Amino acid sequence: MNSRWTRKDLVGLRELSAEEITLVLETADAFKQVGTREVKKVPALQGKTLINLFIEPSTRTRTSFELAAKRLSADIVNISAATSSLTKGETLKDTAKVLEANHADIIVLRHSSAGAAHFLATRVRASVINAGDGAHEHPTQGLLDLYTIREKKGTFAGLQVAIIGDILFSRVARSNIFALLKMGARVTLVGPSTLVPREFEQLGAKVSHEVDEVLPTADVVNLLRIQHERQRKEYFPGISEYIRFFGLTKERAKLLKPDCLIMHPGPINRGVEIDSELADGAQSVIFDQVTNGLAVRMAVLYLCAGIATP
Amino acid sequence: MTTLIRNGRIIDPANKRDEIADILISDGKIVSAGSEVREQRSEIEEIDASNLIVSPGLIDIHVHFREPGFGWKETIESGARAAAAGGFTTVVCMPNTSPVADSPSTIAWIKDRAAEVAGIHVLPTGAISKNLAGEELAPIGSLAQAGVVAITDDGRCIQNNELMRRAVEYARMFDLPVLDHCQDYNLVGNGVVHEGYWSTLLGLPGWPGAAEEAMVARNILLAELCDHRIHCQHISAAGSVRLLREARARGVKISGEVCPHHIALTDAAIENFDTNFKMNPPLRAQRDIDALLDGIADGTLEILASDHAPHAKFEKEVEFDAAPFGIIGLETELGLFLDLLVHRHKTIGLPRLIEMLTVNPARLLGLEGGTLSFGTPADITLIDPDLEWTVNAETFESTSRNTPFDGWKLKGRAVRTIVGGKTVWASADSLRTKHAS
Repeated sequence: MNSRWTRKDLVGLRELSAEEITLVLETADAFKQVGTREVKKVPALQGKTLINLFIEPSTRTRTSFELAAKRLSADIVNISAATSSLTKGETLKDTAKVLEANHADIIVLRHSSAGAAHFLATRVRASVINAGDGAHEHPTQGLLDLYTIREKKGTFAGLQVAIIGDILFSRVARSNIFALLKMGARVTLVGPSTLVPREFEQLGAKVSHEVDEVLPTADVVNLLRIQHERQRKEYFPGISEYIRFFGLTKERAKLLKPDCLIMHPGPINRGVEIDSELADGAQSVIFDQVTNGLAVRMAVLYLCAGIATP
Repeated sequence: MTTLIRNGRIIDPANKRDEIADILISDGKIVSAGSEVREQRSEIEEIDASNLIVSPGLIDIHVHFREPGFGWKETIESGARAAAAGGFTTVVCMPNTSPVADSPSTIAWIKDRAAEVAGIHVLPTGAISKNLAGEELAPIGSLAQAGVVAITDDGRCIQNNELMRRAVEYARMFDLPVLDHCQDYNLVGNGVVHEGYWSTLLGLPGWPGAAEEAMVARNILLAELCDHRIHCQHISAAGSVRLLREARARGVKISGEVCPHHIALTDAAIENFDTNFKMNPPLRAQRDIDALLDGIADGTLEILASDHAPHAKFEKEVEFDAAPFGIIGLETELGLFLDLLVHRHKTIGLPRLIEMLTVNPARLLGLEGGTLSFGTPADITLIDPDLEWTVNAETFESTSRNTPFDGWKLKGRAVRTIVGGKTVWASADSLRTKHAS
């Protein structure tokens, strides 16, 4: 199954080919069925040790990786920022060396610095899976988004995908842009000009600040979480103005094609980037994404662990 | 002691000399080659400079020798050796040490230490503001008396325009030039690279050239207001060059310097998150490089410097945004400038290059040296402009290894560095000289 997979690590989707992305998605198909069985466990990673190294807080992604690893029968340890030696001044490099000295086979890293996964991957023999590095990439989120689109739409060719929200600071957006374009979809980024700068056009995406023009043509809308009070104060005037210009309200949702998918990587700000009822509506695949995330992460762990040399 | 440097191409821009001739050194000073010293002395050391350039000792007005306080990165001793190996006979140290060079006692310590361990001239600058905090003036007059050659808050930039105005006005009284690391902190934000295509692609926080340009514009206005010299350090952005060009044409006492990395590399180099490409100001875009080259060609930018900024491997080998800014540069500086400006881009010729590395910085800071005038101390650099060599960081004299240029093939470098008539560094090949008796 993994004859075409040659990577020890999954750092980003920018470096993957369309064939490699397809291979992950096909591998995930097989693992998705495991989740529907009475016994949700396969012995694929029996005897392997996986460390969830989460330097930046996360519940959803960490839980998904933990469940994925357990279903593959790996042994798993969770390390969070609060409990790691990094708070005592240990460098990321030394932390990684310690984990390696403890015979870790796979390190799943969540970190607030762009490039942290690349940094680690080039310094340890273990597989490094990027679970989000700063505003750089979140490859398994990108893959699960693609998996969900493929599951519902069957193909990527010619699909119009609109990603709406805080693009500048979003690793989810970047992973989606890189992978979707490779798979033949077209990507339009929508949001305030401060959070969707024109430089993104150089990545091959379209940039728009007119959400009402984009929605009628979209086959998929992927809504990203908006954070205002905490860190983005100078980027736009406030939540109510955001909703006025970019929020997916019920009124705006009428512009959507009936079969347009509504996606969100979570956690959702109900009533901000998306109307609460829409999040639970017929077009929403938000919770399919979560389920698919498990299968995709099982596939990624399985493929990368098969390459790493102990 | 008498030394004869024979048959070299003497390039001495201050004296408008460019000719094949001999240079005679007696008792540490340059004397007329035809003078009687030659006959009187029985023992003359001869240095064959055939096919070499005989230049005034090179001057770098922007280095960080990390003492006091950060000796594991670089000491005055190791920094001076690195400078000598790069062809430099005079360097000017920035004040961001620990303690900060904002008091006469720290300046005295640096000068004593340099006199003790450095084979070249290591000259201190003083801070503009106490502890580089940008809040109140350092004792600028006392620093001047203690022997600083300029004041600067390099590494930081005074954001308060009123404080900067008073600093420039006050420094004028002591004829001390003010050097400024131009950056507007609000525009820099938490940036670690140039804002553009690569920051967008990699998700690294960037800052635009405008953050530098805003402060260059501020400095132009203050230099005019105070009628005193402000020198803008390590210019990286196209707009800064345009602003400087316009102001200098009007006779404003403003100048700018260029570092090798800002013309050798674009921000594309950060693709693999290698922290040896992280410096402040950051590597920018090709259009910025083009503007810097234009500025060098037309004289808008008249000084070349390294911003030699040593950091230990353990400090640099961390996440990109956590790593300190800066790279070492003294041992690659001349090679890069020769290779890029003279050979590859043909931006300027050798005489102009040497002017930008000798008499121009000497004039800016009022330093002795920078010329081969008779009677001046024999600080001389012998340069082989066509020697092809490969950068090997492992052989560096610097304590640190944080260079992005390891493995680069360059054309041209210094082969011998002479301070006060004494060879303080020579390449292995050039040491095979005749010692006539």
